[in-house]
Amino acid sequence: MRFLRRFLARLKNFATRRQDDKRLREEMEEHLAWQTAENLRAGMTAAEARRQAVLKFGAREAIREQYHSEQGFPFIETLLQDTRYALRMLARSPGFAAAAILTMALGIGATTAIFSVVDATLLQPLSYPKPDQLVRIEDDLPGVDARDVGLSVPELKDLQRSGIFQYVSGDWSSSANLTGSSQPLRVALKMVAPNYFAMLDVRPQLGRTFDPHDETPGFTLEVVISDGLWKRAFGGNPQILGKSLRLDNDEYHVVGVMPAGFRDEGKTSEERSTDLWAAAGFAAVPFPPPVRNSRFTPGAIARIAPGMTLAAAQSRMDALVASLEKQYPTDYPIQSAWRVRLVPLKESVVGNVRQSLLLLLGAVGLVLLIGYVNVANLLLARASARGREIAVRQALGAGRKRLVRQFLTESLLLSLLGGVAGIAVLFCTKRFLLELIPDSLPRLSDVSINWSVLLFALFLSVAAGLLFGLAPALQASRLNLTDKLKAEGRGTTGSGEQARTRRVLVVTEFALSLVLTIAAGLLLRSFWDVFNVGLGFNPQNVMAVRIRLAVPNDPKTDIYGTAAQEAVLLREMLRWGRTLPGVEEAAVGNIGSVPLNHDRNLNGLIFEGRDFRGSGPPLVEASTVSPGYFHLLGIPLLHGRLFTDQDNENVPEVAIVNDAFARAWWPNDNPVGKRVKLSGLSAATSWTTVVGVIADARTESLEEADVPEIYKCLFQRRDDELVLFLRGRLDPAATPEEVRRQVHSINPELPVFGAITLPGVVSGSLSQRRFSMEMVLIFALAALLLAALGIYGTISYLVNERTHEIGIRLALGANRTKILGMILRQGLDLAIAGTAVGLAGALVVSHLMAGVLYGVKPTDPVTFAGVAILLVCIALLACYIPARRAMRIDPMAALRCE
Amino acid sequence: MKEKPDVLQGTLALMVLKTLDILGPQHGYGIARRVEQISGDLLAVNQGTLYPLLLKLEHEGSIASEWGASENNRRARFYRLTATGRKHLQVETRDWKQTAAIIARFFEVKAEDLP
Repeated sequence: MRFLRRFLARLKNFATRRQDDKRLREEMEEHLAWQTAENLRAGMTAAEARRQAVLKFGAREAIREQYHSEQGFPFIETLLQDTRYALRMLARSPGFAAAAILTMALGIGATTAIFSVVDATLLQPLSYPKPDQLVRIEDDLPGVDARDVGLSVPELKDLQRSGIFQYVSGDWSSSANLTGSSQPLRVALKMVAPNYFAMLDVRPQLGRTFDPHDETPGFTLEVVISDGLWKRAFGGNPQILGKSLRLDNDEYHVVGVMPAGFRDEGKTSEERSTDLWAAAGFAAVPFPPPVRNSRFTPGAIARIAPGMTLAAAQSRMDALVASLEKQYPTDYPIQSAWRVRLVPLKESVVGNVRQSLLLLLGAVGLVLLIGYVNVANLLLARASARGREIAVRQALGAGRKRLVRQFLTESLLLSLLGGVAGIAVLFCTKRFLLELIPDSLPRLSDVSINWSVLLFALFLSVAAGLLFGLAPALQASRLNLTDKLKAEGRGTTGSGEQARTRRVLVVTEFALSLVLTIAAGLLLRSFWDVFNVGLGFNPQNVMAVRIRLAVPNDPKTDIYGTAAQEAVLLREMLRWGRTLPGVEEAAVGNIGSVPLNHDRNLNGLIFEGRDFRGSGPPLVEASTVSPGYFHLLGIPLLHGRLFTDQDNENVPEVAIVNDAFARAWWPNDNPVGKRVKLSGLSAATSWTTVVGVIADARTESLEEADVPEIYKCLFQRRDDELVLFLRGRLDPAATPEEVRRQVHSINPELPVFGAITLPGVVSGSLSQRRFSMEMVLIFALAALLLAALGIYGTISYLVNERTHEIGIRLALGANRTKILGMILRQGLDLAIAGTAVGLAGALVVSHLMAGVLYGVKPTDPVTFAGVAILLVCIALLACYIPARRAMRIDPMAALRCE
Repeated sequence: MKEKPDVLQGTLALMVLKTLDILGPQHGYGIARRVEQISGDLLAVNQGTLYPLLLKLEHEGSIASEWGASENNRRARFYRLTATGRKHLQVETRDWKQTAAIIARFFEVKAEDLP
């Protein structure tokens, strides 16, 4: 209490400080006047009267100081005083201040910008209660080289019963045709177990979610909709509950609306924009019978039992897998080595961008560090220029601590001003910067400049101030007083220690920028290699428009239920597709046939005459396409034939494989005429004959060559996710509308959506790589610039310091070219030392980033040598300017100015 | 030269309060002179220290000040005791007397008086 009262009193005094001081001064003056008058009356001379009065009164200034230090906050007062002084010093050298603040602003602004992205994606927890307990269950068959193979219904039941989890929910992202309003809509739908929302522990803003104990084996015909869909399709109608919706021609009832902030945390951006959730038991029509080896749900999300750690859950999971393998040896062949992984849900959302983001943060951190070093260098130079000032202050009794404080105040002020400027720039350019980030970044909409980001910026600023302020401060305060004063500010400091520190700083700067430039070089080469990869198909002038057929729960009501029924629609589409303005060729395929789409479409494959019972059938990429697809994409035929119109439901099924497939499975045989069985949702019973082999094309991924792929004929194998491909001189805006009109003239209930151009797809699939490459390249250029400025500054300073010496050398007849060489040599030594250190660092860093490289080794000698040479050249160039100045020194002028 | 006793801040404050109690409102110079006179020049305070003290007492609320005209018609700041100051003075006076009495008794005690 007493402490508080005293504190408050001090606070008040601090606030009324100026007023108090004025009054003290007035009163003291008044007193002296009285005393002087009295002394005069006592017969003293005027001067003596005043002198005696002053003597009797005591030291006025000391009394005032004493009063203020007792009554106020001396710490803050000193701080204010130092700040005022520092501001004056900065105002006196605006060039220096601007350079330092700008460097800091760029460094802190850029680092904070990247941090805000890292914060939103990697650091912020998911917005569900207790998000750490949520995991995605993924399982692999490493024995047959298959990842993420999905779970079967009996397996889901085993997991639910295991006691490891509080809830387990299969989740299957799909889509549905929402009809009944003016335009048929295709909405992202997620099929989940009825306990899904109970597991996430989120409540709807309207209505209810599913009953977690619902045992309906098929669909429950109830849906929960997102806030977005509610507003988009139903105008936010509060009477929505109980309304019926037509989804894929079935009637569903809306039971709840999720709150606006709710988002499904799926693995793809499409999953993250899920608008509809339907509860399913996955065990009856329309799902296949629940048998153990039919792993058709793509995965599951679960909440670990309360109190159990992830590690404990994983080890119990491993035990469960082992016991299941023992119990069902035919379903889990030892060779396939079934493994189940529990991946933290957040990790499954952001895991694949972690490395790129950390790379960026590292890169920008290096730029910041180089910025720090540069400013430290500038401050050090200034400190030595201010040597005399400091010596005088020391002579007048300033303590060492006080001097260090003064210096730190100055550097902190610089860095805080830099930080504020950086944040200001960030705020102004926020919109523009967000545009740069590729849309595929998960949790992009969460990126914001929030308190933790601001705190981070503050931390950077303070760290900067302390880091680059401390060295010059300590050095200046350790100054030898008499030496300095004797030197009379002739500027021949050359204090060994200081010069050494400066050299170390420049070497550090060079090493750091070399590391960064090599990283940028490797990324650039990777990008270039991916960019110039032979696609194997021709994306030019091709557009793809998606059309989705409804999948009603009762297959009997599906008007496109058989391949023959669907073929009628397909042939019609192809017929008018070719008549659209500008169209030269048309083809249809399923979603898997879109080049570079990131969905995987793995199919189990049984080969005639081979026994895979030990490991289960191998999984292969499969697509379904119409005749004309390969010709439209310009993929050449190597052997056999392509699909024709005669390949329909009435003749045995045929397939086409790519060359990689042929090499992988029939390296020594002619693949044409070989027979395979495709297992999809419906187990295939008849053999499919391979009729042709096409050349390899990078349709699955730009970065992976030789992905084995098999193509089925769309006229024989129906599919509901259709894509119409059109080649020709098309208008990207008008063509989709034309397609919509034509499709609706056949069936007005089919949604037409997702129009893309293939060149756009190709460049889009490069976007993440391009983004990291561009960012790191920009950072590297900034680093190079800073390093060049750093070495330039240091060498100029050295030249200035040695003007006198060079003058003498010249006067004594030294060769001017030799002087030039001498100065260049100094710069070169620094650059080479920095390069050597940097190369070692770059080796470490490049190995860390091996995962994001493509086509180049982390030790690529061309990049390493090229960048090293580039850096040394830049150093020489930066040193050439001061070196030439040294060469041109007029000896007379240099000596006279002393 | 003989050192004059150090005047503790606390005692000086008490003297100021007592002076104002007896003489009524006074300006700074007047208080300084009074303290000097009463203490018989034994306490030649560094007169300057009086002013920070006056400021402190005023912040505390023991005294108040206002402008007025002095005896020779100079404008001066006059200090007067407030009700709080008077209470404060009473408490302090009692404390001092108590302390002084105790100390005095200690000095009077001789060895044979102790049991």
